[in-house]
Amino acid sequence: MSEPLDPQTGSEPEQDVATAPPATVAARLAFYQRAGGIATPIATALLAFMIGGLLVLATGHNPFQAYWDILNGAGLNWLAHPWNTDIANTAAYNFSQTLLQTTTLILTGLAVAFAFRCGLFNIGGNGQYLVGLFCANWVGVSFVNMARPAHIALGIVAAAAAGAIWAAIAGFLKATVGAHEVITTIMLNWIAYWLGNYIFQQGGPLQAAANKPLDVPISGDVADSARLPVFWGDSALQGLHIGFFIAIAALIVFWLILSRTTLGYEVRAVGFNPAAAGYGGIKVRTNYVRAMAISGAFAGLAGGLDMMGYLFHYGTIDVQATSIGFLGIAVALLGRNTALGTGLAALLFGGLVYGTTHGLQGGSIDPSLAGHLTEMIQGLVVLFVGADVLILYLWNARRKLRRRAEVEGAKAPA
Amino acid sequence: MRGITKRFPGVVADDRVDFDLRQGEVHALLGENGAGKSTLMNVLYGLYKADEGEIAVRGKTVTFGSAKDAIDSGIGMVHQHFMLIPVMTVAENIVLATEPTKAGVLLDYGEAVRRVTDISTRFGLAVAPDARVEGISVGRQQRVEILKALYRGAEILILDEPTAVLTPQEAKELFGIIKSLQAEGTSIIFISHKLNEVLEIADRITVLRRGKKIDTVPRAGATEEGLAKMMVGREVLLRVEKKPADPGDVVLEVRDLHVNDDRNLAAVRDVSFVVRAGEIVGIAGVEGNGQSELIEAITGLRRPEGGQVAVGGKVMEHVTARKMLDAGVGHIPEDRQRRGLVLEFSLAENIALHDYCYPPDSRWGWLFPRRLVQRARELIKEFDVRGGGPETRAAALSGGNQQKLVAAREVSRDPKVLVAAQPTRGLDVGAIEYLHRRLVEERDEGRAILLISLELDEVISLSDRLLVMYEGRIVGEHGSEASEEEIGLEMLGAGRKEPTAA
Repeated sequence: MSEPLDPQTGSEPEQDVATAPPATVAARLAFYQRAGGIATPIATALLAFMIGGLLVLATGHNPFQAYWDILNGAGLNWLAHPWNTDIANTAAYNFSQTLLQTTTLILTGLAVAFAFRCGLFNIGGNGQYLVGLFCANWVGVSFVNMARPAHIALGIVAAAAAGAIWAAIAGFLKATVGAHEVITTIMLNWIAYWLGNYIFQQGGPLQAAANKPLDVPISGDVADSARLPVFWGDSALQGLHIGFFIAIAALIVFWLILSRTTLGYEVRAVGFNPAAAGYGGIKVRTNYVRAMAISGAFAGLAGGLDMMGYLFHYGTIDVQATSIGFLGIAVALLGRNTALGTGLAALLFGGLVYGTTHGLQGGSIDPSLAGHLTEMIQGLVVLFVGADVLILYLWNARRKLRRRAEVEGAKAPA
Repeated sequence: MRGITKRFPGVVADDRVDFDLRQGEVHALLGENGAGKSTLMNVLYGLYKADEGEIAVRGKTVTFGSAKDAIDSGIGMVHQHFMLIPVMTVAENIVLATEPTKAGVLLDYGEAVRRVTDISTRFGLAVAPDARVEGISVGRQQRVEILKALYRGAEILILDEPTAVLTPQEAKELFGIIKSLQAEGTSIIFISHKLNEVLEIADRITVLRRGKKIDTVPRAGATEEGLAKMMVGREVLLRVEKKPADPGDVVLEVRDLHVNDDRNLAAVRDVSFVVRAGEIVGIAGVEGNGQSELIEAITGLRRPEGGQVAVGGKVMEHVTARKMLDAGVGHIPEDRQRRGLVLEFSLAENIALHDYCYPPDSRWGWLFPRRLVQRARELIKEFDVRGGGPETRAAALSGGNQQKLVAAREVSRDPKVLVAAQPTRGLDVGAIEYLHRRLVEERDEGRAILLISLELDEVISLSDRLLVMYEGRIVGEHGSEASEEEIGLEMLGAGRKEPTAA
């Protein structure tokens, strides 16, 4: 019942301000964030890990041993002797693989975070990731005679553009007919999913010619000229490619756009309060489309870097198993939609993803349990961080629907 | 309550305040926003712990660790923003946390309804126990809050700015309820910053200013002027002083304007008027008679169905908010929190809300936060915005200072026309006086000002010319010597010059 003190001024909260819940989800999140600071996301993560540990305990294993194994699986023990970068060393190799996952997660996380700062919930990261990946595959397989820098640049641009267009469709529908972006991005995910199933399938346009007689629904390999240079490890063994630095640069770009450009100012104003933004002279609808496009570009870039960095080919089974775009939601929520937070959360989840799967060693837990542990922790994080935000979001949506119903109702008798 | 002191980091919210309440009286706690009224009552209700001082209820010294302790001592509080659960029924909300149960776990809903009906008949507060809270009016919700407190055995009831959310009719009903509760022996603390209310309902009045108790006076003999002086600490002009207007050229011209509302029904019908440089034109009217839509059409926030708006002799076509801003229309919107400010933005960012995209705030799309801060610092000083610096969030300011911030932004853009919609809504006397004076000053500097207000006093005292709006039409025009009765009648449709077709 007690009203929170404003932590910034420490003064008595004004009655008409502090108790009125902020208008939009983004505003609410900002409010929340300020109230908890860095403590809330850390507590959220710890709580998720604790519950995960209880589950491990329930299956009769030692949770501390399990987490220790996952930690080593993620290669974090390499940090104890970082001078040994030889990937023949298991710890070094594992850590390079964690960073490879982190690269993708930074970008899919930013895809969610950027839209969120504009008050939009981009659930379509996975679809945007996929279309980026498809385009990169097509560019990488097709233009084999290009010079390497040009080929790589073309692939990256095509992937980002594909993701941007894919997400902008949802933004456009929101701006013009008011279709809710949660619904449209989910549908666009499915369209991307079936698109992938189609293009790589037997006789599909991107199925490799060599595979056709064998009935293998897999694409061709990206040409050497479109493969990203690897700076740690071996290209044949999923080495860490320069996409890692592109992802780091994307974090900086994200921060720069939001805090140092008029575009970012508009995005934040619309995210916090669309009515005030419109009053300020900002075109709210244009911002919805633009913010979605930028979001989609991040996710498409993730798909492109993965394709040209270490995957090189993709098949229908891979399409069906893709979920890294969804993990971006947890990354963004845990990272509180900030650049630094997203980077750190991506590292955490990158480590988890690799540490509970390929990197996992020792027999302390069942590998299949370990794999599910990542998903569980992801789910718990989204639940804890998102519960408040999601409830408010749905609540607002419902109120809007009801208001519309009232308007319709009022129109009829008049 | 004796010698209550409550400190927050950096501020003393209450400084050795004494307060006493007699059985069966209505005791008003009067003060400007931020004077420490709510803090004092939150201490009494157990939400805050006082740093110094003691509380005695019926002669017995008590210490409250939580609101529950206060409730157990017979103290109830109705907050300004209700703490009800919208999807639950009235009865469920009232019995919440002390619900009657069947077999120890199941809610005995029949019993709950019965108890609620009992208590509502005893105190004469009619409610429908089965109605969902989200479906009833704000006035009714407040009634539910009061009943909730009474249900928990409150003999001392704290009402925190109870009329702030009510319509005038609902406020009248509330005063009736307060009188009947008083007759039942309940003692009431009535927190307010509105002078007329306090004089109407209170037996005694305690005035707080900046955390200090100024005085406690009986209602008999208290005047609005005297109380205002105690609240603000100096003489306050409740009337606006201004020279006769010296109107110049026509700056804003509205011709045959038709505007529809959100439901696409005609809200503004065939409205024409002009505003000249150096005059204040007021628009009076009961809420919902097309004023909001008229303002939105003039400021480019709503597309008119027909007619035109000209600024400085230039007819505006295909209007957008940006075009109108650039043409020199300033706008103090009627809802500063919903539209006038981005509450999560800093003061500096809010000041830049219109001009962020032009030099010196930005160039080639790059924003220069330091310049924003610098400009904000100047304006905060010039307009005497208190409660924070350029980096403070707007939400942390009091309502009056938020409004000053909005006014600072709009006036500093040097607009030809300033549209001020309900500029003093919800503000305390000091801020109202400031804004009124400022508007008159801006007029004297040669700006055209269009003032829309629901407060008849305000439009009459400020305007040089006054238009009355009813059902989307201008139904009357007056000079500065208009009589309140005549305008009041026109506002209700009695002065219609032509019968409407509908």
